[in-house]
Amino acid sequence: MKFMLMMHAPRGTGDYKINAWKPEEFRAHIQFMKDLNKGLRDAGELLSAEGLAPPGQARIVRSQGDDPPEVSDGPFAESKEFLVGYWIVDVESAERAYAIAGKASTAPGPGGKPLGIKIEVRQVMSGPPDSL
Amino acid sequence: MKTTGEPLLRELAPAVLGAVVRRYGDFGAAEDAVQEALLAAALKWPRTGLPDDPRAWLIHVAARRLTDQIRSESARRRRETKVALEAPPDENVVAPPDEAAVEEDDSLVLLFMCCHPTLTRPSAIALTLRAVGGLTTAEIASAFLVPEATMAQRISRAKQSIKSSGVGFVMPPPRERSARLGAVLHVLYLIFNEGYATSAGAAHVRVDLSVEAIRLARAAHALLPDSGEVSGLLALMLLTDARRAARTGPHGEIVPLDEQDRSLWDTEAIAEGVQLVADASTRGAIGSYLLQAAIASVHDEAPRVEDTDWPRIVALYGALIHMSDNPMLALNHAVAVAMVEGPAAGLALLEKLDRDPRIKDHYRLDAVRAHLLERSGQVAAALPCYEAAAEKTASIPERNYLLLKLARLRAS
Repeated sequence: MKFMLMMHAPRGTGDYKINAWKPEEFRAHIQFMKDLNKGLRDAGELLSAEGLAPPGQARIVRSQGDDPPEVSDGPFAESKEFLVGYWIVDVESAERAYAIAGKASTAPGPGGKPLGIKIEVRQVMSGPPDSL
Repeated sequence: MKTTGEPLLRELAPAVLGAVVRRYGDFGAAEDAVQEALLAAALKWPRTGLPDDPRAWLIHVAARRLTDQIRSESARRRRETKVALEAPPDENVVAPPDEAAVEEDDSLVLLFMCCHPTLTRPSAIALTLRAVGGLTTAEIASAFLVPEATMAQRISRAKQSIKSSGVGFVMPPPRERSARLGAVLHVLYLIFNEGYATSAGAAHVRVDLSVEAIRLARAAHALLPDSGEVSGLLALMLLTDARRAARTGPHGEIVPLDEQDRSLWDTEAIAEGVQLVADASTRGAIGSYLLQAAIASVHDEAPRVEDTDWPRIVALYGALIHMSDNPMLALNHAVAVAMVEGPAAGLALLEKLDRDPRIKDHYRLDAVRAHLLERSGQVAAALPCYEAAAEKTASIPERNYLLLKLARLRAS
């Protein structure tokens, strides 16, 4: 079963103000993510994982046939949370996907304490159902 | 992409691997060596023609690769530790015993090993397809729509689990045999299911997993011709796969059993499946795969949907539910009961499933309820059930099918 794990973070407030972190806190956070991904890769569970650039430069593009399409800052200006990165994993059960998300959520922040990042877990849709 | 290609090579793969593991013990290294030997043969044989004894040739080349590897490994260790290790094993390979019995035994031991219960199911599936099925990692990865590196890790992890768990290259003892065979059949069943699921979803998948599963089940049946459950699983696969051409429409959409064009069904596969069920049923103990195959054969033998012997299907599902407490089978039983006694009887059976945590949130429960409500004329009540089912399924063709039903029902 394939799942997408989406990491949502509040817009740079409180513990998430990464540029206010100490260098060693930042390094510990990066190392945690690297180790997590290595574990998933070694287990043959990782399909892909990416971190996204901060939402400052993000744009919403839409078109109902207009050319060029409308490009705007979209609802980002108001939204309090945004997607900071995602994993796509292929695992044996939904419980395993929750366990991975739970682990990712404990990525350390200031003072080495778990950030408790919010991770949204969504199943990736597939071909016909697995029933004979 | 490299592929071993030739069917003969794939047929020989498990026996060759069995012989090499038996001699050298190291399953993981032997498996790599055999893959290299298969590749070497695929490159060489088309130019030079088949060797006199292809199997012995492959064993010889694999054994050479293995000893080369052991030698370079020990040389590396010598360099690193400055400690002289034991001399590398003799390169001269004794000709393998040619008795067919040993070869068959090896293939069976290999199958039991690859499907060992200590492995996760994805690992066992990958390892079985490579070591027993003779597929390359790239082929397996493309069949499961995952990156090759992911599949390679899964296989190497499976080999490590086998190594660290100390599973020897021996037949499971008699008291474990039946449970271990159950694990093997489950892995083959999952491979078949995966093929069934991906064949309509992603076009141009190079390796057809349903075909692979049937091939492996055939091999298992040849090794264990008296096992009713092996016969049953092979029959179930044949009888299900026989409907392949009819079960999807021109745009990949699902065509349910009762709307399929039965002239597209594969009569040869059906005849073989029916015969397997008939033979196995007279041999004694009847297990769940055989019962499922019997149900599939009742469907496949009906020339028109209205000819289906539903009372017989109800009885067979009754026996299945008695054997294993599986809510999905109970759901199918309810559908069959509805066909015999009317939709109200089927709907009544669903109420018990509403309280079963294993299935109460499953989309199929909503889909069946929607279908039975529609059949009983309660269109208004059916609509939200179709909606709920479409929202819950993780299958794109299934969702499209349900949404289409919903749209048609609203329009009527």
